[in-house]
Amino acid sequence: MTNLDQTTEEILRLAAEHFKVPRADLNATDDFFKKLGINSLQALDLLTRLEQHFRIELPDYELQGVTDFRALAERIQSRL
Amino acid sequence: MLDLRQYTCLGEALRAALDRWPDEVCLIEADRDREKARLTYGQFRETALPLAKALQDAGFRDGSRAAIIMTNQSKWLISAYAIFFCGGVLVPLDYKLTPREHLTLLAHSKAEVLITEHHIWRALSQSPESSSLLKAHTVLVTEAPANADLAGAKRWEDFRGSGEPTFVPRKRQVPACIVYSSGTTGRPKGCVLTHENYLEQCIALTSLYPFWPGVRYLSILPTNHAIDFMVGFIGPFVCGATVVHLRTLRPEYIRDAFVRYKITYMTVVPAILKALEQNLRKRFSELSPARRKMLNALIAVNRAFTRSKPRAALSRKLLGQVHAAFGGELRALFVGGAFTEPSTLQFFYDLGIPVANAYGCTEAGTAITVNDLNPFRADTVGKPLPGAELKILAPGEDGVGHVAVRSKTVMSHYLDDPEMTAETIVDGWLMSGDLGRIDASGHLQLFGRVKNMIVTEEGKNVYPEEIEAAFEGLPVKESCVFAANYIWPAREMVDEQLVLVIHLDPGKTITPALLDDIVSRNRRLLNYKRASGYLLWERDFPRTASMKLKRNELAQEMRGAATREAIVAL
Repeated sequence: MTNLDQTTEEILRLAAEHFKVPRADLNATDDFFKKLGINSLQALDLLTRLEQHFRIELPDYELQGVTDFRALAERIQSRL
Repeated sequence: MLDLRQYTCLGEALRAALDRWPDEVCLIEADRDREKARLTYGQFRETALPLAKALQDAGFRDGSRAAIIMTNQSKWLISAYAIFFCGGVLVPLDYKLTPREHLTLLAHSKAEVLITEHHIWRALSQSPESSSLLKAHTVLVTEAPANADLAGAKRWEDFRGSGEPTFVPRKRQVPACIVYSSGTTGRPKGCVLTHENYLEQCIALTSLYPFWPGVRYLSILPTNHAIDFMVGFIGPFVCGATVVHLRTLRPEYIRDAFVRYKITYMTVVPAILKALEQNLRKRFSELSPARRKMLNALIAVNRAFTRSKPRAALSRKLLGQVHAAFGGELRALFVGGAFTEPSTLQFFYDLGIPVANAYGCTEAGTAITVNDLNPFRADTVGKPLPGAELKILAPGEDGVGHVAVRSKTVMSHYLDDPEMTAETIVDGWLMSGDLGRIDASGHLQLFGRVKNMIVTEEGKNVYPEEIEAAFEGLPVKESCVFAANYIWPAREMVDEQLVLVIHLDPGKTITPALLDDIVSRNRRLLNYKRASGYLLWERDFPRTASMKLKRNELAQEMRGAATREAIVAL
């Protein structure tokens, strides 16, 4: 069982890898739309990557209203 | 297809379609690689009628309003049909709005019934504003878990009346839907669209792009939007075609669906088209130099042979692998809702996948112009649809002016807002708010906007006035929000951004604390509603006697005194 900090860290690592940015540039409280310069479609793409990694299913609506990595980690954590 | 001239309302036309093609598949619903539902027109009718009966038993009658807040799925269309069967007025709301925005629009529309999904209802019923704003006497929720607290709602799946419901016909000129084109926080713009608006729009669109039994339309734009409601519901249904819904809209599942369901047509917004283009370009770049060369040669041959019109069979033969990735039966993609780069349109056309670029707005019923591909044009939004008249008001020397449209598809009015209706529909002409020119071949070209708004590449209309509430209470003298292209007219459809204009108290400067406050307020907005920068302004905002901001005047002052370079990025 991973805790929220570990989940957040994993998400940051995967997001950095997926969007090809240095991991050190990303923080848990960053607005990922802004920081990564992505639109909601690209954010959905990241969701798929996270589903594969955490082996869970995340409906698209889980991304609604979520803009930072920490909040995303909370949504994922509740499904682990 | 059905001859729509013989029907007076959507309920009647849909009822005739369900009787005409009982054994054809009307709906397929898939979630990732699982197919969740497949319904024939006959099964659709058997599911919808008990719902209509239960609605009638609950007091829902002709003219009653029912809102739907759902993602694209079979129950959306089944519910809509049940509402029309009862003679009701449908209020389709965008499922992506916040609970507060939903509640505001539900209250404005005076919907008596709300049909929604469980996760949306959970957020709505827990919202602090729900007790004051939610007036629906019946709330139906779909897919609620077995032990879920329904907070007063009923399960959609169990809400079934016994016995035959009574079909309630409606006149052509009465409202069929109230569709909100904006105004979630400020002044709601509820476009009242009549049965005639929809029937006429459907006749015009299917005359250019016909559907028939066997056609499969992939519905991914939200069905509450005028476009998908027409081409992802009414259009296919009155022609006996099939609508495919996906419960997830990630690009890879959209690509899978093309192949699995051999899609014929799909409508996209520019952002999705661009994502498809990027994926293809990436795959092309991974080819060996020799294969790349071969592909480029085939594309050149295809381009030469399709200059005057699309030749689907030839293109599929020449570029078989590309077409196989789209299922092999794709006839055209439609794109609208925002500006699309001509290079993207050309990219697909050269591959033998025509993209029909269209232009419209909710107020006009859906589409005003669409490209007919005879021949393909990447630089225009096409010609007016049959039955639509266009004129350019106050054109400059270059022929560019305000686009106005007159058509039987233009809405009746804005709900409960005669003042805004009178500003928008003048002597029977709808003022589009867009700048355009009609070229020698009758095609419309767009050159920006007359009004203070932006349209994102995902097709979202954003009115700056609606965002100002987020910055209320900032420790500054006054602030407001503008579309940058409204202050400095760009005469093009790109680079749309919102600017927060700040007038500080005398002697004050932007402190780190103030900046933090601005940034955090901005971040609480949905990503497409955020200001991309701020502009410091040193004079008092011009205001009316009742202290209302004189927006046009302020924009003029700023135009004269500052340039885009003065915007500080947020």
